Amino acid sequence: MAATDPRFEYLLHLGDNCLVLGQRLAALCGHGPALEENIAITNVALDLIGQARLWLTYAGEVEGRGRDEDKLAFLRDGHEFRNCLLVEQPNGNYAETIARQFYFDTWHYFALNALSRSTDARIADIAAKSLKEVRYHLERSSDWVVRLGDGTEESHRKMQAALDWLWSYTGELFEASAVDAALVAEGVAFAPASIRGDWLAHVEEILEEATLALPTGTWMQCGGREGRHSEHLGYLLAEMQFLQRAYPGAQW
Amino acid sequence: MVKPAAREPNVAPATEEIWGWLHEVPDPEIPVVSVVDLGIVRDVRWADGTLVVTITPTYSGCPATQAIEAAIRAALEAHGIESLRLETRLAPPWTTDWLSERGREALRAYGIAPPACRAIDVSRISRRVREPAVSCPRCGSARTVRVSQFGSTPCKAHYRCEACLEPFDYFKPH
Repeated sequence: MAATDPRFEYLLHLGDNCLVLGQRLAALCGHGPALEENIAITNVALDLIGQARLWLTYAGEVEGRGRDEDKLAFLRDGHEFRNCLLVEQPNGNYAETIARQFYFDTWHYFALNALSRSTDARIADIAAKSLKEVRYHLERSSDWVVRLGDGTEESHRKMQAALDWLWSYTGELFEASAVDAALVAEGVAFAPASIRGDWLAHVEEILEEATLALPTGTWMQCGGREGRHSEHLGYLLAEMQFLQRAYPGAQW
Repeated sequence: MVKPAAREPNVAPATEEIWGWLHEVPDPEIPVVSVVDLGIVRDVRWADGTLVVTITPTYSGCPATQAIEAAIRAALEAHGIESLRLETRLAPPWTTDWLSERGREALRAYGIAPPACRAIDVSRISRRVREPAVSCPRCGSARTVRVSQFGSTPCKAHYRCEACLEPFDYFKPH
C-alpha cells in the first residue's frame, strides 16, 4: 500500500479541532447563561461543525480509502484524533468556556489567514470561507474576556483563573508535528511558530483592556497532534459516537 | 410561468429562462427572498444535455443548505428538466455583497434589516472599527442597539430599536 499523503494527518488536525470544539459547545445548547449566549454558542458550534465537515471530507478524499466525513468523525478512536488538547477541555464554568474559546479563536483566526494562501487550492478555499465565520467568533470571545475581566470582582477573579488554568494548553498550538516540515516546504501548510507573535499580540491587547494579567507559566502540555489526549476526549467521543457504534450505519 | 408542455420537445430551455425559474425558488428560512436574490446560485449552464447548476453555501454549517438543494431540484424537475447536476463551489466564498437590491428591499419589508455596509474585511481584526448604524426595519429609526452578534440563524444578528422598542433581526455583513 502506498504511504499516506501527509496532508491526511494535517487535514485531520484542522477538522478535529473544529469537530471536538463544536461538540463541546453543542453540549451547552439549552444550558447557556442567558438566552442570547445560548444562541451565540450554538451558532458558533454550527459553524465549527460545518467547517469540520469540509476538512474531514477532504481528508477522506486525500486518504483514498473510502472514508467519508461521517466515518472519520464517528468511527475513529481517541488515539486517532489529531485535535489540540485545548479544545477537548471541559466546558467548566463560563469563564473557562470563554477562555478556551478566546485562546482557540485567536489561533484559528491567524491559522486560517495563513492557510487561505495555501498552495493547495482546496485548503485555501476552505480556509477563506471559514475565516469569515471565525472573525465573528473571535470578536465575540474577545468581547467576553473584556466584559468578564473588567466586570465585577468575582467575574475578574474567575476570568483570570480560567486563563491561567488553560494557559498550559496553548503551547502545543505553535509546535510543529512530524508532517509539518514537508507541507510547509511545499507551501501547503504554515509553520506553527510563525503565527505565535500575532497570537500573543492579540491576546495581550485584549487582556490589557480587560485589566487581566498574561499568564506566566512556562510548562506546556503537548501530544494532541500525535494522538496522546487528556482523559476528557474519551468521554466526549463516547457520547458523540454512541449511535454509530451501537447501530452501525444508522441514518436519520 | 412557462408550462413544460408549451415547449417544443427536445429543445433545451435557455439559461435565461432557467434563471427566471430559480428566481421563484424561495430561501427555506427567509421565504420572501429567492435563492438567486441571496446570491446562492452562482452559475447555470448546459453540459452535454445535462443542466448544471452551481451553488455556494452561505455559512459552512447552515442547515438550510440541503433544503435549498432539494428545493432547486424540485423546482427544475417541475419545469421538466430531466437531467440535472448540482455542483457546490466554495470560492470565492459567499458574501452579502451578492444580495440583490430586490432581495435587500424584500428583507426590509419582511422585518429584517439588510446589511448596512459592504462585506467585512477579514484580513485584520477590526475591534476598534465602529459598525455603521443599522436602521430599524419597522420604524426606520437609526437609534438601534445590538443585543447579540448571533441571532436566530447564523446569518443574522439580534438588534433592538430604541425608538419603537421592537426587537429585530439584522442580516449581518459577511
